Amino acid sequence: MTAAIVGIGELKPVRRTTGRATLEMIAEVSRAAVFDAGLEPGQIDGLLVGPQVGETPQHVPATVCEYLGLHPSMSNVVDLGGASGAGMVWRAAVAIDAGMCETVLCVLANNREAVPPRSPNRNPIREFDVPFGASGANISYALLMQAHMSRFDIPPEDYASIAAWAQHNAQHNPDAIFYGKPATVDDVMASPMIASPLHLLEIVMPVAGGCAVIVTSEAHAKRLPQTPVMLLGAGEKLTHRAVSQAPSLTSGPLKPAMARAFHQSGSTADEMDLLSLYDCYTIMVATTIEDAGLCPPGAFGQWLRGRNLGFDGDTPLNTHGGQLGFGQPDLAGGMTHLVEAVRQLRSNTEGRQIRNAKRALVTGNGATMSEATALVLGAAQ
Amino acid sequence: MTDALKNLTVPGPTMIALTEPFWQAVESGRLTVQKCNGCGHHIFYPRALCPHCWSNDLSWVEAAGTGTLKSFSQVHRPAHPGWVPAAGYIVGLVVLTEGPTMLSLILPHGDQAVNVGDAVRMHPTNVGGRMLPVFKTTPDMENLEDAP
Ligand SMILES: [Zn+2]
Repeated sequence: MTAAIVGIGELKPVRRTTGRATLEMIAEVSRAAVFDAGLEPGQIDGLLVGPQVGETPQHVPATVCEYLGLHPSMSNVVDLGGASGAGMVWRAAVAIDAGMCETVLCVLANNREAVPPRSPNRNPIREFDVPFGASGANISYALLMQAHMSRFDIPPEDYASIAAWAQHNAQHNPDAIFYGKPATVDDVMASPMIASPLHLLEIVMPVAGGCAVIVTSEAHAKRLPQTPVMLLGAGEKLTHRAVSQAPSLTSGPLKPAMARAFHQSGSTADEMDLLSLYDCYTIMVATTIEDAGLCPPGAFGQWLRGRNLGFDGDTPLNTHGGQLGFGQPDLAGGMTHLVEAVRQLRSNTEGRQIRNAKRALVTGNGATMSEATALVLGAAQ
Repeated sequence: MTDALKNLTVPGPTMIALTEPFWQAVESGRLTVQKCNGCGHHIFYPRALCPHCWSNDLSWVEAAGTGTLKSFSQVHRPAHPGWVPAAGYIVGLVVLTEGPTMLSLILPHGDQAVNVGDAVRMHPTNVGGRMLPVFKTTPDMENLEDAP
């Protein structure tokens, strides 16, 4: 492990702050450290923050990166109490060693109001989006979908076909929430409009559940009973938190994240035997197919036509049903794509094994196409 | 629609000291944004530093109150129960003439359909007892994005 600390910042302590948000304090001290280092803000490509950003209970790194205008390719909350600052440094070092980023901003700050504000959630999205009736993720993804649809003049049935394929694949997974309840493109189009252009069946169903995986060294893996599945490449990118701040509505941070994962693994999207793509909404899969380079922007519909996305088809995609077919157990929903990829690469998926599966792409996505992680996994040689 | 909006019981903006000038301007029917004296970019939402160059030398400037609709959604099933009486309302992303994008409520011009690319103009509106910078489509102002 080799890493150097090249810049520092510190705020003069005060007993009380008045009317200052934690985000402002983070901005001020980050500015001091970055300028102390003689860097430009755009050179920061890693971001480690603490959990105590009072006005932002969730999506803390995305909120901080949006506020600061950063687009990091590695980000984390480090929640180790008084050990958080030191804990950030070695995490930054291993991320740099792993080729995930080059220069990491590690930042902690807090405000201290005499009277704590009545509403604890005072982040920018709460102040500038929620008052206009834009609560919840549905509207954000509807805005992404309408922009994509209008820009490329895509018929709504093309998006609906993604949900229909998810429901089709769920019929091969007895654990899926939609097992035994297939839906056609017509069924998807006939389901109620929730926030135009999103229909009910284009939106994941929230469920309870859970996922876990065990990661170990290659050497240790050789001594364990399971056929190991190897991590061949990874990529990550954060660009914003609120959809209004997205640099693009028709391409997302998964594009650079997948590019890094493919580069690290020495493979291309076309070489994947399984596409295990995060699918909170149909539009997310459409944009991911395009961002992966499988087809030009706006051409996912043509790309899908004539393909078979089943486990026994030419282009297996979300063979467990995706979250659209399996259900979304909150944060674990994204992890179902990972667990299915491991099952397929172990070649022991019951009732839906892809023949000769060697490589899989797994994508994760958070907030409003804001936080993206891509993995390329490989079967043991 | 406007009466329905006025009578909603919905969460208002959670302003802080830094963002107060923005909301005060809205109360008097004006739209203001920050401008960076370092790099010249206009900034929205208001911040403690410029997200482009990290200068903290920022000024409040008057915005034209015009823009273009980048996307929109008609909300039939609002996530917040307070918005249910207004179901069918339209949320949109407005690219301000000055550059930044803001999310807002979109009021259609008459009964005309709303489209991506429509020109919009600020139309301060009482929503749940507070003035918000709502926007209205203005079909007589096409191609605003091509304006200098
Ligand atoms: Zn600037």
